[in-house]
Amino acid sequence: MTKTTQTFYDVLMHRGISRRDFLGFCATTATYLGLGPEGPGLLAHAMETKPRVPVLWLHGLECTCCSESFLRSGHPLATDIVMSMISLDYDDTIMAAAGDQAEAIVSDIIRDYRGAYILAVEGNIPLANDGMACIVGGRPFKHQFDEAAKHAKAIIAWGTCASSGCVQAAKPNPTQATPVHKLVNHVPVINVPGCPPIAEVMTSIISYILTYERLPELDSQLRPKMFYAQRVHDKCYRRAHFDAGQFVEHWDDDGARQGWCLYKMGCRGPTTYNACASMGWNENTSFPIRSGHGCIGCSEEGFWDRGPFYERLPNMHQWGVESNADKVAAVAATALGVAVATQLGVTLVKRALHKAPAIEVERREGEPPQ
Amino acid sequence: MSQITTPNGFTLDNSGRRIAIDPVTRIEGHLRIEVNVDSANVIRNAVSVGTMWRGLEPILKGRDPRDAWSFVQRICGVCTGVHALASVRAVEDALAIKIPTNANTIRNIMQLALYVHDHLVHFYHLHALDWVDVVSALSASPKATADLQQSLSPWPYASVGYFKEVQERVRKLVGSGQLGPFRNGYWGHAAYKLPPEANLMAVAHYIEALNFQREIVKIQAVFGGKNPHPMWLVGGVPSAINVHGAGSSGAPVNVERLNLVADIAERAHTFIAQVYIPDLLAIASFYKEWFKYGGGLAASSLLSYGEFPAKANDDSNSSLLIPRGAIINGDLKQLHEVDLRDPAQVQEFVPHSWYSYADAKAGLHPWEGQTELDFKLGDKTRKSADKIEAFDEEGKYSYIKAPRWKGHAMETGPLARMVIAYVSGNGRVRELVDGTLKKLDLPLAALFSTLGRTAARGLEGLWAAERLKEEIVRLQTTIKSGNEATANTEKWEPSSWPREAKGVGYCEAPRGALGHWIRIKDEKILNYQCVVPTTWNASPRDAQGNIGAYEAALLGVPMVDPAKPLEILRVIHSFDPCLACATHVIGPDGSALSVAKVL
Repeated sequence: MTKTTQTFYDVLMHRGISRRDFLGFCATTATYLGLGPEGPGLLAHAMETKPRVPVLWLHGLECTCCSESFLRSGHPLATDIVMSMISLDYDDTIMAAAGDQAEAIVSDIIRDYRGAYILAVEGNIPLANDGMACIVGGRPFKHQFDEAAKHAKAIIAWGTCASSGCVQAAKPNPTQATPVHKLVNHVPVINVPGCPPIAEVMTSIISYILTYERLPELDSQLRPKMFYAQRVHDKCYRRAHFDAGQFVEHWDDDGARQGWCLYKMGCRGPTTYNACASMGWNENTSFPIRSGHGCIGCSEEGFWDRGPFYERLPNMHQWGVESNADKVAAVAATALGVAVATQLGVTLVKRALHKAPAIEVERREGEPPQ
Repeated sequence: MSQITTPNGFTLDNSGRRIAIDPVTRIEGHLRIEVNVDSANVIRNAVSVGTMWRGLEPILKGRDPRDAWSFVQRICGVCTGVHALASVRAVEDALAIKIPTNANTIRNIMQLALYVHDHLVHFYHLHALDWVDVVSALSASPKATADLQQSLSPWPYASVGYFKEVQERVRKLVGSGQLGPFRNGYWGHAAYKLPPEANLMAVAHYIEALNFQREIVKIQAVFGGKNPHPMWLVGGVPSAINVHGAGSSGAPVNVERLNLVADIAERAHTFIAQVYIPDLLAIASFYKEWFKYGGGLAASSLLSYGEFPAKANDDSNSSLLIPRGAIINGDLKQLHEVDLRDPAQVQEFVPHSWYSYADAKAGLHPWEGQTELDFKLGDKTRKSADKIEAFDEEGKYSYIKAPRWKGHAMETGPLARMVIAYVSGNGRVRELVDGTLKKLDLPLAALFSTLGRTAARGLEGLWAAERLKEEIVRLQTTIKSGNEATANTEKWEPSSWPREAKGVGYCEAPRGALGHWIRIKDEKILNYQCVVPTTWNASPRDAQGNIGAYEAALLGVPMVDPAKPLEILRVIHSFDPCLACATHVIGPDGSALSVAKVL
């Protein structure tokens, strides 16, 4: 019989991985997964023959930046994922079919792959006005979402919209835009926040699930720990300037031209959990701070209501301990000596950061805006 | 209604069979199209329904005007950045902030990179499958495909072995029975006319373009930190320049970054010139009848706000590389002046939109924009269970408002821009348009059609790729002259602002004319209104019954099989719809919304 199905193994071959390397990969992975002596063979067989996992990618209230980001992935390439690693049977941004032919795909996949397909959701679900702020196929989007969610193996909530609401859920949230996890029971939800998420974070999560045959370990906000456990500030290439008290004070000043710390310009790096500073954007071409603008915290729940974005963090509760950037800089200028002062600054900052849960962020009462 | 003639001269007849396409796919956002076809399956009535609404403008009320760009940028992640650009221009207009030359050039570079990217992705990933039969590619001869490719351009991916490999990849995909995004496509439809070799070549380029597009946006990532949704700044750009001095390696813009941008721009130009344009001409030559169908408003009513100021802070037509202007009544000899501040020019109407005005038939200028959500369906809406089968176009039927220019429904987008640049005497645009028409042996009037729109977008992509390289040289030249300034911070502090101010920000997004109108009071946003390209093109009927560009373009289009609406997709995709842009509007006060329960 002619083999026609393109499997994950075929993709690896296509990417120039040798069979010897492939088997080595299976052996390592099987050991890691604790599969026992027959594990490598079973894993190799599975990856050579199993059909691609069907994925339904639904769109609610959103701006399609998540889809666009996904298409930017360099490794793996979006073309390899879409053509070879998964079966992206429904995604209204790129699918050939429309109207009835498109709608039929959703019901066919739910019927044929009950409990075996992955539901990816971009955007969120408006509940106001009986859900009629987003109509698909003449029905509220919520109906399509509920049906697809009920029988999914797992749900990936792409971006801050699906994870926590994002811009249309900012005050006063006129459509009652509601994130995925609040409307789902009994099906695991993976939140992948960011506006949008980094391309390689998105494709890494898919390839992780396929390669390791498990869902990634999640934190209390349902985010994969592998990408969302560290702050942008922790890995920022400008961090040394923060510790040294060297700050951009005005746009396009000498500090801005030398890549000093943007904390005083409102950077949210210290309270934002994301991989921007470590993985970079667009195949590590840059990330917002490298291009001269502070982080706006786009992967954090409710970040839109924590502005103004150019107001620096000391005015906010979770930074409300003894240290702030002015003190770091002021100390640096005293007779204590630069080395000691810098160390003191680092210590104070460390204390501040370790105390920072990065959840509540409102201006202190009675404190004037900067 | 059975048969009526609209004030803008179109005959509508809804007596025939009704067809609904929902969702319309390969667009941004949620759109529904309904048509009536006659006994010969020719479209005689068309209804464009925007089916999503996000309510962003009330969210902006009370916020810092300097933050507005980041909120409105999230209106759309496909044409990412256009709303941010319109927003910073609106705030700068309101506060009389002048931006430095380099900031203007960097904004032009970012916007041109977007044009190149967006037009390329539209052609291959949103539009091509309307013309290209993926399954037919399986019966192509790789040898003949290689010959075809080599006859069209010097593009190096042109060997027999290469096309064999692509074909094998498609064979595995189709043979697996898991077609992914190609599942349930209209393969084998009688309206597909390309030979198998052209289909195989186009499929190869579909994959190549998907892999290459991610390179183009790195230009936006250099200056804006990320794409989608790069960073912007009121008063300039955030990416400070340091080419000569200490600390340059850590600066946003240095010699290495400029080299990266120049290299990408060169490769993007090559891809457009050697792949996109030859494909466009090759495909168009097999579908020449589509230079007759789908014109709609194009032959009569075109609008451009102008884009790419060559001189910073000068948005007159002597500075704009793409001119501002309007063509009405099909008179190409007269380009009308467009003034976004004039209360009698741009107005929005809502009698067929799910909003209400105090005066139901009034048209409101965006600075006076007032809207209240009013979700009501017409009496003749057909429903079953939880589903709307057919909307009633005599009542309210869309989340999109009906914008009008001096009362005229207008088409906006690449075709409007290219025609307005052409009649304004832009030498390079005339050369591109005339050369293309000559190659295809078509008259100028052929532009006013489905494929005319698609061709105009491709030619504009090439034009933009050329200008992109020029703007990068302009940036380097200014830096060479000793000017590295990127931001004007004189009015950064809100305490320096007047107590009240209002401004307008123009932009030509890839999809067409975009305007943002802002009112500022006591350092906060008082009112914010956007009128966007797809609001013009996907507009529902207005108070007088004038139909919009989508609805007009569908009339007279013949369908092979109304159950497989390939022809409707061709017409609608030629506009490159962006529904998230079109349907984010709500009133300025964000107060309680009156909504009629319908289901």
